[in-house]
Amino acid sequence: MRLVVGEGSCGLAAGAGAVYQQLEELLAQGNEAGVELGITGCNGMCFLEPIVDLYDDEGALHRLVKVQAKDAKAIYEAATTGNLSLVDKLRISASDAEFLDRQTRIALRDCGVIDPESLDDYLAHGGYQAIGKILSQGMSQEDVIHEIDVAGLRGRGGAGFPTAFKWRAARDAKADETGQKYLICNADEGDPGAFMDRAVIEGDPHSLIEGMLVGGYAIGATEGIVYVRAEYPLAIVRLRKAIADATERGYLGQNILGSDFSFTLRIKAGAGAFVCGEETALIESLEGKRGMPRLKPPFPAQAGYWLKPSNINNVETYANVAWIINNGGAAYAAMGTEGSKGTKVFALSGKIARGGLVEIPMGTTLREVIFDIGGGIRGGKQFKAVQLGGPSGGCVPAEKLDTVIDYNELAATGAIMGSGGMVVMDEDTCMVGMARFFLDFTAKESCGKCVHCRLGTKRMLEILDRIVNGQGEEGDIEKLEELCYAIKDGALCGLGQTAPNPVLTTIRYFRDELEAHINEHRCPAGECRELITYFIDKDACVGCTSCARQCPAGAITGERKSPHEIDPALCIKCGNCKTACRFGAVRVR
Amino acid sequence: MQKKISNLPFKGTKEQEEQLKAVIAENCHDKSNVMVVMQKAQDIYGYLPIEVQEMIADGMGVPLEKVYGVATFYAQFALSPKGQYNISVCLGTACYVKGSGDVLERLKERLGIDVGECSSDEKFSLEACRCIGACGLAPVLTVNDEVYGRLVPDDVDKILAKYA
Repeated sequence: MRLVVGEGSCGLAAGAGAVYQQLEELLAQGNEAGVELGITGCNGMCFLEPIVDLYDDEGALHRLVKVQAKDAKAIYEAATTGNLSLVDKLRISASDAEFLDRQTRIALRDCGVIDPESLDDYLAHGGYQAIGKILSQGMSQEDVIHEIDVAGLRGRGGAGFPTAFKWRAARDAKADETGQKYLICNADEGDPGAFMDRAVIEGDPHSLIEGMLVGGYAIGATEGIVYVRAEYPLAIVRLRKAIADATERGYLGQNILGSDFSFTLRIKAGAGAFVCGEETALIESLEGKRGMPRLKPPFPAQAGYWLKPSNINNVETYANVAWIINNGGAAYAAMGTEGSKGTKVFALSGKIARGGLVEIPMGTTLREVIFDIGGGIRGGKQFKAVQLGGPSGGCVPAEKLDTVIDYNELAATGAIMGSGGMVVMDEDTCMVGMARFFLDFTAKESCGKCVHCRLGTKRMLEILDRIVNGQGEEGDIEKLEELCYAIKDGALCGLGQTAPNPVLTTIRYFRDELEAHINEHRCPAGECRELITYFIDKDACVGCTSCARQCPAGAITGERKSPHEIDPALCIKCGNCKTACRFGAVRVR
Repeated sequence: MQKKISNLPFKGTKEQEEQLKAVIAENCHDKSNVMVVMQKAQDIYGYLPIEVQEMIADGMGVPLEKVYGVATFYAQFALSPKGQYNISVCLGTACYVKGSGDVLERLKERLGIDVGECSSDEKFSLEACRCIGACGLAPVLTVNDEVYGRLVPDDVDKILAKYA
């Protein structure tokens, strides 16, 4: 028997650490059955954390979910006695299990399966075979790049640029007399709502290292740098250990696996700036400066880090590389659509029944991801929109749910593939508020270099602020549109060029909501505080007084067992009463 | 993003200064390590008052203006001290959609401080942070390194009581 506790950041936040500790203590007290205890990274089922995987003596998996420290005793007894009926109530339900069964995992192939802190476990799952194959078969740089080209791998960080093209450009770039080229990994995963890169680094750090080894070989770099955002401390710890282990065992360093290929890898921690996800800003930050984007050209392939030829890819891109080398580019390209090959990882969150990481072949529809895998909207509400691509993307409405996942198809909706954040919204989410939220984000994160982005986003935010506060004016939509196009044209980098997308898609698909805010000073979703009033439906209220007890302003009055009333003059619109009411009697208009 | 600059007096100790000097000595061969030194300095002092920035600029041989520029650019660098317990509320998209804004409002109300400020007894400080990637548990906040998830505003009092 083997017990494996899911210890990604999200598992730990849900209490996996305490579960592990309890199991460890119990096993220390008595373990004649020889039960093994280990950890693994995130398997992507965030909605079921903490998760314990029990492998029986035949190797069959029994997945136990929403495990709390108090359940440790039962799990211990089940594992030591072999009486698995003791943990029946913790077993994953058949419908939840579908969440994983419907996926095709390549980038996440080992996440939640192997122990991320064990190089041997990675080797046991076919690790470092890709770089082994390249070095032992004497594949040339072009052979490697050709394989990536055949695979049709495109950058998974957002822009979707063909990886082979970038690698060729970096390989062909002439290095100076030092011959130095750099291979950089962008792990500055800043899009709110996206966390697949964190899952890969925390759950399978060696797959990133191996992908970078292959990339380093292909472009002729001897030094690699991983730029990890500061908000991911566990990822940094696990990656640091993986690099140390790989170096000790000769997978990193001089003369790797006895060849004449040498490659070292180091980590650079970011300090919290969204714009550093832009490749030239990331390079500036690596050099210890303010992360402000550079003018392109020259592209990083010609003059990147310290003006040497550099190649930058995102974590998920590298995580696909070893699989492609092992299985062949054609196998990868067999999945997906004409213009978008392979698989993509999405981070499902928001008002979704089953939130977590989903890896599916390109060409799957949004509907399949959200409803078949994600289980639809939590609490039986109506689906309204899905936000793709974070602050650079847009909201896709219900009528576009049959759009297939493909770089071009998604771009046609006004959203983007982006890094894969999918935040699902229901009828209670105000789309104008959402657009304001993203503008607030980009206005704060604009580095300030370009006037259009620095001032344009600020002006847009001011207009949106007025609108959600009920002071919208006629002509605001046109003003917003004008600013959107000016910023798109006038900004130097991707941050500014895409910042207007959330507003543009809101205008395109939810114009009626915007107009309701502006013309009628009404928020149809009932979310914008300045525009709503709480009231109690007299027919539904049973007079249980729980709302009145929760009201911090003392605005609710009424006798026990008779309908209550809210005094709008005293109400501070905190919404406590609505949460407290079990009869749905507190309404918003 | 505008940062709040503290006007509390600098209370650095001799030991802290020694630690910082050791960090500078280790890194001063390469000017690109300015950020690394600043990160370590923040671990030592908890924040980066101008006195510390001056020491870094002198030690690393870069203009103070450059250090200040980096300190004000990145969200992680604090120019105002943190409380004994630093509360950080995630305002990433997923948390926002699930009501982290209300949780933050409740904290502001209970602590009587705004985002980026520290309570006068230096016990609690409050900040709003970018997505910490725990979207599956949204809305979340952290108190120092402890993560609390699936919150509603009413959980705030319970959490604060734990640290009172």
